[in-house]
Amino acid sequence: MTRLATQDLIINVPGRSEGTALNLTIEPGQVWGVLGPNGAGKTTLLHTLAGLNAPRSGQVLIGDTPLSQLRRRQVAQRLGLVFQERLDGFPATVLETALIGRHPYLSLWQMEGADDYARAEAALAALDVAHLRDRLVNTLSGGERQRVAVATVLTQAPSLWLADEPTNHLDLHHQSAVMALMAEQAAQGSAVMMCLHDLNLAARWCDHILLLYPSGEACWGPRDTMLVPSALERLYQQRLATVDVDGAPVFVPIQAPLTDHE
Amino acid sequence: MVARLWQPLGLLALIAVAAMLLSLAVGSAQLSAAQLWAVVQGQGDALARTMVIELRLPRALSAFAVGGLLAVAGALMQVLLRNPLADPYVLGLSGGASMGALAAMLAGMGGVLISGSAFLGALLSTFLVFGLAHGSGGWTPARLLLTGVVVAAGWGAVITLMLALSPAERLPGMLYWLMGDLSYARAPWPPLLLLIATCVLLIPLGRSLNVLARGPQQAAALGVDVRPLEWGIYIAASLLTATAVTTAGSIGFVGLVVPHMLRLLLGNDQRLILPACVLAGGTLLVLADTLARTMIAPEQLPVGVITALLGVPTFLFLLYRSR
Repeated sequence: MTRLATQDLIINVPGRSEGTALNLTIEPGQVWGVLGPNGAGKTTLLHTLAGLNAPRSGQVLIGDTPLSQLRRRQVAQRLGLVFQERLDGFPATVLETALIGRHPYLSLWQMEGADDYARAEAALAALDVAHLRDRLVNTLSGGERQRVAVATVLTQAPSLWLADEPTNHLDLHHQSAVMALMAEQAAQGSAVMMCLHDLNLAARWCDHILLLYPSGEACWGPRDTMLVPSALERLYQQRLATVDVDGAPVFVPIQAPLTDHE
Repeated sequence: MVARLWQPLGLLALIAVAAMLLSLAVGSAQLSAAQLWAVVQGQGDALARTMVIELRLPRALSAFAVGGLLAVAGALMQVLLRNPLADPYVLGLSGGASMGALAAMLAGMGGVLISGSAFLGALLSTFLVFGLAHGSGGWTPARLLLTGVVVAAGWGAVITLMLALSPAERLPGMLYWLMGDLSYARAPWPPLLLLIATCVLLIPLGRSLNVLARGPQQAAALGVDVRPLEWGIYIAASLLTATAVTTAGSIGFVGLVVPHMLRLLLGNDQRLILPACVLAGGTLLVLADTLARTMIAPEQLPVGVITALLGVPTFLFLLYRSR
């Protein structure tokens, strides 16, 4: 079953004209990368798909059901969101933080049980932060906090992952590990959509790409049709050199005037 | 998991009972443990029974209820504003209540009318702050906090004006009310019942509050209906504070210090913190009131002075250490 679909969706970015209406279908097993320069609306798009922002027009379907007809709890049982920024108003331990991923599944009077703890601990182990379980989150490094945030969504075990720059603050090894984890989630039947700034990670790990332009224009499709140097140069207003490494293109920004493609 | 909750709560409950017994035994006339036990069993001499059952018990129960209400209201406000230093009075509630109470006293009303007027003043302030902070396009914690601080300052000016215009013979009563005083608290049941009802309602919401403490968007992404929950917390905290202020005047620092210290000791699980606030807040105020009654007996001090004298240094120390 389609994990998520949008019908003529226009996201609400203040002060921007309508742009392209999005008609996306995200199927199980797919890994989508959303690319675009700063301020193109990548985060707004993810938040709109998750129902945190209202769209300007059009609608989002989760499975077959319009998002607006689902209760927040039902949405949270299907869709997990890795935020780009996190608030730490009150100190909490790493294990407590991962455990809140079970919130959508527990009834009001229920306490977390052994099964919930086991899931949280397994998620922490998968993200290589199990040794930090009793540390306070606000004492961790940026990269460790990022991995705890991914572990929280892994504990939530959604069938659709929306991840806003999931590799932020991560070292090279953990960038690769987090991307591999997302790909594994997709291989097991989930679907993944993530905003990325790293074209090379997108080229290596995503099978579908959505390009978002600051004007509100957008185009999307299978990776190989989208990751074309000329389109990417127009997207970022930046000259790129392309080489092939290990079967995937690698894009490197170079210092040269932009030739006009239009 | 459940044991993790019951151990600290059991300990706090024992301390609360001990504090209650102490406050029943101590006062301008001391009772020995044997005399107190006789009263509890329904025996003992008539004087001791009257003193304990008609004077000290209602006052101690009121103190416990007010302390518990203020501590829970503080803990709720802190989650709502996502600021561990928020206080139940921060949104101008006590100012509104004081204005209401002083206006009633100025008009020469007594007893129940003063309480009713204080309650109305507190609710007026609540809606004023919420309405102004809401404006167009929803409120943010920072805007709510700032609006509350400014409205509280406004009430402060009105209160000073009222004091300046009051006839001298009414001033002591007014000042006592402003500083928080339990000597007229004769009806412990309304605040106690509210406290019990709040506990029953809040415990199932504890986990949602834990999630809300991590920010509204994270909470929404984890299945919490954020807006209704935030409204509910705001109304509940306002009602609790208004009831507490109406019972005993504005007693500072209980709602700030108690949740803060409990968080340092017990962590941030609201399912533990909220009931712990009831017990520890109640205990603190019972002890503070016992001190207020006995320090310069037979004269009495307003209990708000004691909580402030205890609260200010404790709080400054905690802040200093947290750097």
